[in-house]
Amino acid sequence: MGVYSGLYNTFFRQNTTMLATVFLGAFGLQLAFDSGSTLIWNNINKGRQWQDIKAKYVQNAEEEE
Amino acid sequence: MWSNAIAGSTATLAAIGTAYWCYLTFGPKAYAMTPAEEGLHPTQYPWEHVKLHKTFDHQALRRGFQVYREVCAACHSLNRIPYRTLVGTVLTVDEAKELAEENEYDTDPNDEGEIEKRPGKLSDYIPAPYKNDEAARAANQGALPPDLSLMVKARHGGCNYIFSLLTGYPEEPPAGAVVQEGLNFNPYFPGTGIAMARVLYDGLVEYEDGTPATSSQMAKDVVEFLNWSAEPEADERKKMGWKVLAATLALWGISVWVKRYKWSPVKTRKLVYNPPVSGGRKFG
Repeated sequence: MGVYSGLYNTFFRQNTTMLATVFLGAFGLQLAFDSGSTLIWNNINKGRQWQDIKAKYVQNAEEEE
Repeated sequence: MWSNAIAGSTATLAAIGTAYWCYLTFGPKAYAMTPAEEGLHPTQYPWEHVKLHKTFDHQALRRGFQVYREVCAACHSLNRIPYRTLVGTVLTVDEAKELAEENEYDTDPNDEGEIEKRPGKLSDYIPAPYKNDEAARAANQGALPPDLSLMVKARHGGCNYIFSLLTGYPEEPPAGAVVQEGLNFNPYFPGTGIAMARVLYDGLVEYEDGTPATSSQMAKDVVEFLNWSAEPEADERKKMGWKVLAATLALWGISVWVKRYKWSPVKTRKLVYNPPVSGGRKFG
């Protein structure tokens, strides 16, 4: 009970703090969701994507110069 | 009785008619083309990049682009691919710029209205081997090599078909097969007579990453590259699809919870009904 009422009083009692919570929460969740899914995706496709093989060719180009 | 005879023959006619209608509707199919005209159906290969959770293998795309450039590009254009899309997919920026600069493109008209030539930029499209379709036909005995940009999408069987076609040329046409003058026999090509001869032979190109360039390896790589050129958005599309599924699943879970939350008073309330004691005071 104490936790919930504390949360309520801190974040949702006043309209401005509630709005701030909603917007910041959306921003943070989006960030976490995007970076998390990218992490999983890159792990599944390890070694297949351009970012995994790019280093070989960028280095080669520098050696030639 | 004559009425019995009429009823009997009517029922017989109705049965025959129904059977005939069923035969016409559900009977044997009529094919407009012979199996040879249809072409041999390609083998189903377990393509890794087609799986819903896999991207293209970009090392294979790089090899496939090399095969396109050194082999296919002699006759086939790749009109819808600009050099900029190769950057970050199969080439580095410098490699793509260098490749683009090997070709000349028309400038905009200058002050005198003259159109000059300039080296290619990243925004230019990969040049076609022939000036126009007529020139391409003239150079290939009347056969037009099709543009390959969307070829994987444009043919039934997609990757399987192109791979089967490239590797499916027999040493000799089978006995009894009619091959027209100037055509080659390929069972996978609808009609079996194809103007393109077999082009992929072992060791035709030399891969920079040391992969043995067998004809099936080259066919596999170039098919994957052509799949990329037809669907360059595939990697991003698959990833986005999974994200949509995950978000939708979370929203669905929330909606289930909200429904149960809102309905809990309705579902848990207890209605008590005390029927009037029979034999008691009458209503009214």
